[in-house]
Amino acid sequence: MFAAIARAQRWFERSCAGAGYTLDLFLRAAGHILQIGRKRRETMEHLHLCTLGSLPVVFITALFTGMIVSLQTGQVLRDFGQESTLGYIVTIGMCREMGPVFTCLSLAGLVGSTYAAEIGTMKVSEEVDALEVMSIDPVYYLVMPRLIALSLAAVALTVYANVIGIAGGALVARANFDVDLEVFMKNGRDALKMKDIYGGLLKTFIFGTTISIVACSQGLRADGGPAGVGRATLRSVVISFMLILVFDYLLTWMIW
Amino acid sequence: MIETPADFEPHARSLPRNVIVSPVEQIDDAQPVAHPAPLSYRSMVPAPAIELCELTKALSGRTVLDGVSLAILKGETMSVIGGSGAGKSVTLKHIVGLMKPDRGCVKVDGVDVTNTNHGSLEAARRKIGFCFQGSALLNSLSVYENVALPLREHERLGEDEIRGRVEEKLGLVGLAKEGHKIPAEISGGMKKRVGLARAIIRNPEIILYDEPTAGLDPVMGSTINDLILDMQKKLGVTSVLVTHDMSSAFRVSNRIAMLLKGRIVKLGTPAEFRASDDPLVKQFIYGESEGPLTRNP
Repeated sequence: MFAAIARAQRWFERSCAGAGYTLDLFLRAAGHILQIGRKRRETMEHLHLCTLGSLPVVFITALFTGMIVSLQTGQVLRDFGQESTLGYIVTIGMCREMGPVFTCLSLAGLVGSTYAAEIGTMKVSEEVDALEVMSIDPVYYLVMPRLIALSLAAVALTVYANVIGIAGGALVARANFDVDLEVFMKNGRDALKMKDIYGGLLKTFIFGTTISIVACSQGLRADGGPAGVGRATLRSVVISFMLILVFDYLLTWMIW
Repeated sequence: MIETPADFEPHARSLPRNVIVSPVEQIDDAQPVAHPAPLSYRSMVPAPAIELCELTKALSGRTVLDGVSLAILKGETMSVIGGSGAGKSVTLKHIVGLMKPDRGCVKVDGVDVTNTNHGSLEAARRKIGFCFQGSALLNSLSVYENVALPLREHERLGEDEIRGRVEEKLGLVGLAKEGHKIPAEISGGMKKRVGLARAIIRNPEIILYDEPTAGLDPVMGSTINDLILDMQKKLGVTSVLVTHDMSSAFRVSNRIAMLLKGRIVKLGTPAEFRASDDPLVKQFIYGESEGPLTRNP
């Protein structure tokens, strides 16, 4: 019993230390943002990797998310003869929730895991130590470009996901519920307010920042060789998933 | 107490105390050069480039360094030998400020790197080049870019000047034509040499080598030893080697410190080590399987 309590206490202490380290890392990376000009090339390379590398997965995820929302909601609305309001629901749902959350969950799996594995491998092979010995701050050299790239890529990919998801929802509304595309789009346009667009993009920016900082933090704390890198990668994805959902609830509550 | 050459030099060469022997001149058994010197030898001993004062460190509950004190003089090459887990690499990491001691201090050119601000630590690191055991080259960059990295990050130089300096250092380590390759395309020995070129690109005063010949064939190991001697001859740097390789330690060192269980158990010149009757030293340097090291692991 006491052993279990002691284990729980150690886990709690480690978690608090990890959260503190990650928050400190974020503040230090943010402190380097004005030096982005010197890391322009690396930032563009990461931006390229995040966006182009994720396009196919985000396309599939967004398309089927829009189609599923349309299909499920349409079946309920049909009982009330309200299928024509599908455009309203799918558009709002995609822009406020589905687009940001599913895009960022995909990014956490695709890009966050890559960042954690890359930096973790550099850590265990002493490349991070080498940077420090050369007086090159690893936060400036490794974390800051990734933080900016993924935060911006998340926003761009969410816009793309929203468009694809709404298009998928419109196709299902047309095929399954005989809702005219023009009606679907008009309802969507009428329903959508600027706050929905900005709110969704603000959420996705915060999620993107969270994914990159969690991934870099886990990578920088990797130890114990390849197994340690594997553990860091796994933790990065799991923590990012949990934080995206927790932050999504909090941000939704604050914005709307 | 910090041990300096003054503590052992008379035993090593039986020279009168008013004769100064430059550490560099002790590199082989050639005759030391006598200089007119005042009576007090101690007052003329050059200032240490690196001082370890009662350095103590425990990792995961195990004491790795247990009150290590050592002074490494400017221009000398010091080898730190000892078995696996004796605390050799941990000592090097303390010197560059990658680790903080539980107790004691490390001074680089008089600056305590264990208890200083960020700016002073950077200034101390500016004087140090570090050759990692696994080379620690950035795998995403070419050989050329790896060597150029410290210049790009710290010095405002034109591309032509960077190219000139990188090619000069790659030439020093015999890799002038390999700059375009990425680390995955070159051998372990070449990686070590690239690591050395990167370590010296900003002309440091001190070079630290972590197992420079580990994992290399004897010929490549000998090439690396020649490079270490070259660095001392051409650049006049202070060098600290951490090694298991006794032939390397004997060949390049002015002095050798032997670490055992986090303590320095023997400090002396290569000749003193060769002549030592201490069973610990004899077992280690001759690699014998029977002896006090294996009886009390």
